[in-house]
Amino acid sequence: MIKFLAKGLIRDKTRSLFPTIIITTTVAIVIFALGFMRGMLNSVFLDTAVIIAGYQKVVTKAYKEEIQMLPLDLALLDVEDRISDLKRNYPNYFWSPRINFGGLIDIPNDNKETRSQSPVMAIGIDFFSNDSRQTELWELNKIIIDGNHPKSSNEILISSKLAKKLEVSTGQEATFIGSTMDNAFTTYNFNISGVFNLNKGQTDKQMILLDISGAQEALDMQGAATEILGFTHDLFYNDNSAIEIRSNFNRTNNDSSDIYSPIMIALRDTNQMGTMVDFSNAALAVIGGIFLVIVMIVLWNMGLMNGLRRYGEIGLRLAMGESKGQVYRSMITEAIIIGLTGTVLGTGLGISITYYFQENGISYAEALEEMALTDMIMPNTFYSKVTPDLFYVGLLPGLVATVLGTMLAGLAIYRREMAQLFKELET
Amino acid sequence: MNKFFVFLTSLSCIFGESNKLSVYDIVSEMDKNLNSNNRVLISEMIIHGRRKSRTIKSKSWSTGFEKAFTENLSPAREAGTKMLKLKDKLWTYSPQTDRIIQISGHMLRQSINGSDMSYKDMMETRPIREIYHLTLEKSAFINDRDHWVIFMEAKVKGLSYPKRRAWIDKEYFLPIKEERYAKSGKLLKTISMNNIKSVKGRWFPFHYRFKDELKRNSKGTEWIIIDIEFDSEISESRFSKALLRK
Repeated sequence: MIKFLAKGLIRDKTRSLFPTIIITTTVAIVIFALGFMRGMLNSVFLDTAVIIAGYQKVVTKAYKEEIQMLPLDLALLDVEDRISDLKRNYPNYFWSPRINFGGLIDIPNDNKETRSQSPVMAIGIDFFSNDSRQTELWELNKIIIDGNHPKSSNEILISSKLAKKLEVSTGQEATFIGSTMDNAFTTYNFNISGVFNLNKGQTDKQMILLDISGAQEALDMQGAATEILGFTHDLFYNDNSAIEIRSNFNRTNNDSSDIYSPIMIALRDTNQMGTMVDFSNAALAVIGGIFLVIVMIVLWNMGLMNGLRRYGEIGLRLAMGESKGQVYRSMITEAIIIGLTGTVLGTGLGISITYYFQENGISYAEALEEMALTDMIMPNTFYSKVTPDLFYVGLLPGLVATVLGTMLAGLAIYRREMAQLFKELET
Repeated sequence: MNKFFVFLTSLSCIFGESNKLSVYDIVSEMDKNLNSNNRVLISEMIIHGRRKSRTIKSKSWSTGFEKAFTENLSPAREAGTKMLKLKDKLWTYSPQTDRIIQISGHMLRQSINGSDMSYKDMMETRPIREIYHLTLEKSAFINDRDHWVIFMEAKVKGLSYPKRRAWIDKEYFLPIKEERYAKSGKLLKTISMNNIKSVKGRWFPFHYRFKDELKRNSKGTEWIIIDIEFDSEISESRFSKALLRK
């Protein structure tokens, strides 16, 4: 029977081609829209995570209380051991130490006296470890606009805005002036190995980047770090999983008497990110839901129109002796065949497009350069994201809506009066 | 009645003493004890951090309020770091970077070596009586020793501490305890002195304790004088920028 109906559909293009194209297109649009929205939000989360928060961040309890002041004396000690523990206990994440610190950067003249000076916000990142993914996360190859990656602990990258202000370029010497972990006054000479531009508005206005070994040396922090950041291996932020891991970690490290005991902070606990995560999830559900409903109505309507268009054919089939139930069931079977075909094709097309933009992204760099955001880092390129649910979400509009539309339209079959059939067919 | 009698007695004590010695005389005597034309001292600063304490040994040369040169002697990381103050200017030299850096602007508000003292604390060069209105508030006993309590209110703008209150020992003429306040009256810093010794006819404290009251969980900073020489010969070249690099 199914083979018979399928043949009918293939031979009669008006019954198959147009509905299949419509279903394929709408399913593809639904899948891409969901994948793009999800990916776009993940891009925002990832950029904030890379620069500020990580998907998880481990600090000391005392450091958390004064986190805005970057108190180096409250940093984590024995960082390598802590990272080994984290790797063992939370293998879905990779962990990287970091030192955030502030101070002044001083550029000398030929007599080694101050030529220019500026406050600076420095980030010591683990670029040099063999298994580190920080070079990839920071996209150093893309953001360095002059010079090279730091290759030794006394080399730094300076933001293009800061370089312009201080009138320095690659190859020059810069002296950091600040305080060590023990709050002792310190000065340390660095060489500028390159100039970078994050392309994220004012975020990097006073930023320098260096390897964590350089920061440890300058700040007398051997074996210490202010933070350990954690990221999922696929770089996709799953809020529920992040909350679970954070709660689990904090339960097992709940030593209330030790202010230097570690505490884990999930991305949502940083700045305004909790509101952002909740709002994003809610917005995604609402927008996705509305979009899905609209698409379902369109396909439902298509099912109804199809039923009406075949009013005469159905009458003829009833007049020839086919039962109303048989006709109704055959229409539904046809809808299932068309719906399934459209859904499969649409899912394939939608996922292909989503995957393309997952790899290549869509750039908004120029628009975002004008924005001054500090708490939340905006990405300059949005990437879509292929997630497992995209492989079946197309069934809702593609199959369910089409079949429901056909079922509703098919109810008219039962309202047909047999005595009237020939009279209707005459006209 | 008894309370009224005690009040009258207290008043008579305060005004009786102030008749003999005005508040400005008291502060002048205090200045004479604490300051001199030339001074060379070796000291240890014990900085009680939140995690550990550090001791920095240094040698200082100073002439009046306006010229001072300090060289750190230990620990190894700090040794050779020098600081020169000339009037309202301050430079530091660090042998690690071989750079002379002027400390100015907001850097003056930073603490010295993570202690409870800021650079700005050591930058004030004017005598107290020139920059504060002085009021003798009362007498008070601390550790069974009689003290004048003097309240100081800024008469010039831009001071780090617009209000101060000092407990001055009536025998030593030294501010054994001092509280420094913001304009609003918020307590910013407390300083205490002890281990008073007589040096060349003057009383001088050999142990200071500074506490920044804004630092949470701060355990304060101790400054211990190991050796001090008053009115010794100091060459003018001691206070030159060139000496920072030598």
